Amino acid sequence: MHKKDKYLGYLYIAPWLAGFLILTLYPFVVSLIYSFTDYDMFHISFTGLANYKNIFTQDKTFLSSLLKTLLYTGISVPLKLCSALLVALMLNKLRRCRGIYYTVFYLPSILGSSVALAVLWKYVFKKDGLLNLLLGAAGISGPNWLGNPDLVLYVMMLLPLWQMGAPMVLFLAALKNVPADITEAAKIDGARPLQVFKNITLPMISPIIFFNMIMQTIEIIQIFTPAYLITKGGPVKQTYLYSLYLYDTAFRDMKIGYASALSWILFTVIISFTLIFFALSKKWVYYGDEV
Amino acid sequence: MVKRKIKKAGLYIVVTATAVIMGYPLLWLFFAAFKDNAEIFTSIALLPEKFTLEGFINGWKSTAAVPFSLFLLNSCKMVAPTVLLTAASACLVAYGFSRFEFAGRKVLFTVMLSTMMLPNTVIMIPRYILFNNFGWLNSYIPFYIMAAMAANPFFTYLLVQFFRGIPADLDEAAYIDGAGKWQILIRVILPLAKAPIVSAALFQTVWTWNDFFNPLLYIDRVKAYPVSLGLRLAIDADSVVNWNSIIAMSCVSLLPVVLLFVFLQKYFVQGIATTGMKN
Repeated sequence: MHKKDKYLGYLYIAPWLAGFLILTLYPFVVSLIYSFTDYDMFHISFTGLANYKNIFTQDKTFLSSLLKTLLYTGISVPLKLCSALLVALMLNKLRRCRGIYYTVFYLPSILGSSVALAVLWKYVFKKDGLLNLLLGAAGISGPNWLGNPDLVLYVMMLLPLWQMGAPMVLFLAALKNVPADITEAAKIDGARPLQVFKNITLPMISPIIFFNMIMQTIEIIQIFTPAYLITKGGPVKQTYLYSLYLYDTAFRDMKIGYASALSWILFTVIISFTLIFFALSKKWVYYGDEV
Repeated sequence: MVKRKIKKAGLYIVVTATAVIMGYPLLWLFFAAFKDNAEIFTSIALLPEKFTLEGFINGWKSTAAVPFSLFLLNSCKMVAPTVLLTAASACLVAYGFSRFEFAGRKVLFTVMLSTMMLPNTVIMIPRYILFNNFGWLNSYIPFYIMAAMAANPFFTYLLVQFFRGIPADLDEAAYIDGAGKWQILIRVILPLAKAPIVSAALFQTVWTWNDFFNPLLYIDRVKAYPVSLGLRLAIDADSVVNWNSIIAMSCVSLLPVVLLFVFLQKYFVQGIATTGMKN
């Protein structure tokens, strides 16, 4: 290796390094500073902890949207991961037509947060939409799924569930790496399928479960587009999730300082979850070299 | 043996039933685009009774003063450079991280990976103000800049994982033949890494095409709207009346993504499977 190569390395990573400093680190620090100010894009004044104080003591929208977001995340993530794992386990056993199943299960996740999916969702769950038409054909009169304040948040949870393709693909890749000779040996020794799953398969794919858990939690806790497009946060703010509140505060009301404080609170929540997950992971995640 | 066969058949039935439930809404959306408004709200039949292109014709004209074709064109203008810049920056940065020794390499790599977990919400406001100050709002420059600066570490990571798997002997051989570091990248590494580069490009194509949130932030001039915002305009404008034109345009907006996915599926699967492994 030549001496000048030492500096050449920096040259190659320069695009990212510059981007990191300008587009990530700088905004990250600046948003913390904004959170201690009153700022409307024109005038800025330092107000100390006033934003945080207001948020925690007076802001009812903050608490309700945070709680709804936590409920939404707390149910959606396990539901999404369990169904992704279940489907992956089934697909892993199949020999024929795998490609076609793959396409069907993975496609909704590829379509991501596209507006067309919001259109579809809105139509399916409308009062006179597809689901109620199907229920009607079976003689059941369905509720107004998106108009009922008690139901709507749960209906919205079905969207991430439908989009379980990405974690499913990861689970499938992990399942393929579970050596067949170990599971076969266990079966010959008389282990039941459920025991094999619990004692061999599950530990061996635990790093991927962990990875999916963290990435999905971070993604879903910040979910914006579906609620913004399908229900606009309603009815009666039942789907007014945290990121909607944050968006409205920053870009509709132009309360940049206040919104920055809101964003830092969400950041703290996410970091806490991540740290808790990492701390707990020592108990159940197995990495190859430890086995 | 018989028991095993029954089990297998049961498995196929369960998987197929799940696939039908998951696939049905999309399939339904596709066929509903060819139905008229009355039929959409009254019939549960998948295939249209009365085949009509009315939805496409009305939707294409769009309710705004702008035709839907302009939104499609705008999306192309937004997506194509973004994808090229993403591929270029990801290759350079991944090469830097996987083939050079320099002080702080490990730390910087860890920093890059951890930004994958950094919530967007905490940086989006100052980023918006930054782009606003540069006068970049209502253009696609924010998208190009973020791509050129490898702002999404997913792509770099994908390529680093792959580059690391290419034996260093190949570099050595090229080096002995007199190739410099740049030539090694161009002549040795990149030709071998076509598949992951295609994966990265495809993911970026699909994500940028579908992206709603970033255009919502950075673009508010209707003439510059990409498909995602254009479609939203249609939902807001006539949510009560013309469902078939909204559904038809939804299908138009999904079509490129669905085609890419169906024909190049293996790249999507390989791409995502590589990044999940390890760490």
